[in-house]
Amino acid sequence: MSDWTIVLLSSALAFATKLAGYVVPESWVEGPRRRRVLALLPVALLAGLVAIQTFGGDGGSLHVDARLAAVAVAVVLLLVRANFLVVVIAAAAVAAGLRAIGWG
Amino acid sequence: MSNAGEAAPGEPSTAGDGTAYDELPTETRRSVLRQSLSVGLATGAYGISFGALGVSSGLSILQTSLLSVLLFSGGSQFAVVGILGAGGTGSAAVATSTLLGVRNGLYALQTSRLLDVRGWRRLAAAHLTIDESTAVAVGQDLRRAGRLGFWATGLAVFVFWNLMTLLGAFVGNALGDPTRWGLDAAAAAAFTALLWPRLRSRDAAATMVLAIAIALLTSPLLPVGVPVILTVLAALVVGLTGGGRHERADEDDPEPDLDPGAEVAR
Repeated sequence: MSDWTIVLLSSALAFATKLAGYVVPESWVEGPRRRRVLALLPVALLAGLVAIQTFGGDGGSLHVDARLAAVAVAVVLLLVRANFLVVVIAAAAVAAGLRAIGWG
Repeated sequence: MSNAGEAAPGEPSTAGDGTAYDELPTETRRSVLRQSLSVGLATGAYGISFGALGVSSGLSILQTSLLSVLLFSGGSQFAVVGILGAGGTGSAAVATSTLLGVRNGLYALQTSRLLDVRGWRRLAAAHLTIDESTAVAVGQDLRRAGRLGFWATGLAVFVFWNLMTLLGAFVGNALGDPTRWGLDAAAAAAFTALLWPRLRSRDAAATMVLAIAIALLTSPLLPVGVPVILTVLAALVVGLTGGGRHERADEDDPEPDLDPGAEVAR
């Protein structure tokens, strides 16, 4: 799949999903179980992305390196309610700093 | 557009006739617009990190910017560039992005009742249906204020998010080697920050733990990107089995899928 296909296809599907909520009957997502699964969907996917972005390397191998320290700092900043951008920049700075001194 | 007779059930009876219903008190109007603008600025600001990560993942500046214009949903956009940057396949990137975007469809069920729009307005509303516009819209007491909040927040986020994406893409392009600047770690931190406000219930915490386990255990065995898609199993397992004890709470709350705090900059 070319980069252009990825950009346009993911955009088209995102729009179709949004529009679906305006045209499908609400009964499609009725019921506590169905709603619970749908509400937990982003939690599962984002947690999976955190795990892979933190530990994942070439070919799916797992590594502990500067990224783990960066995510730990991000969690601490989130605990003290830091702003999104502060969290992201601090994490990048931690990883860049550790790599500059030769670790991870 | 006449709004006479459009008042929702439960709309405060102060709306005696169509005209009065149409007019929001100046104070309310200002406060809604102020809230919309501040959410737009705060959310737009982190478009800069998306822009930088987009080009570091291998997309061009134009492709990165078009994701912000056309896809316009932060979590899904980060997923696309995160998976591409990690060497995942295009189909894994598209699938993860789409699965993350399902929540927008759920928001739309609520905003469609609130907005009651047809034709091109419905298409525009669909495009602007994201965490932030929905959160501001449903946070208003008056229906008319909710509508204003939806459009104003959606447009404010759209404008600032796209401007900052473009800026970030140029910055990222100038930076060169993404790992030297810790941009790979920034992606991990961005997902952590997007996940954070959703971890309010025990079910969410259980889902997170299970999803991390699934992703890490299957990562060495499957193509890059597939383990993230498999985490859908965590939502299914916890949602279908673990939540039984919350049954009553779910019935009390007709709209448990909407998390007004999610992704709104705090």
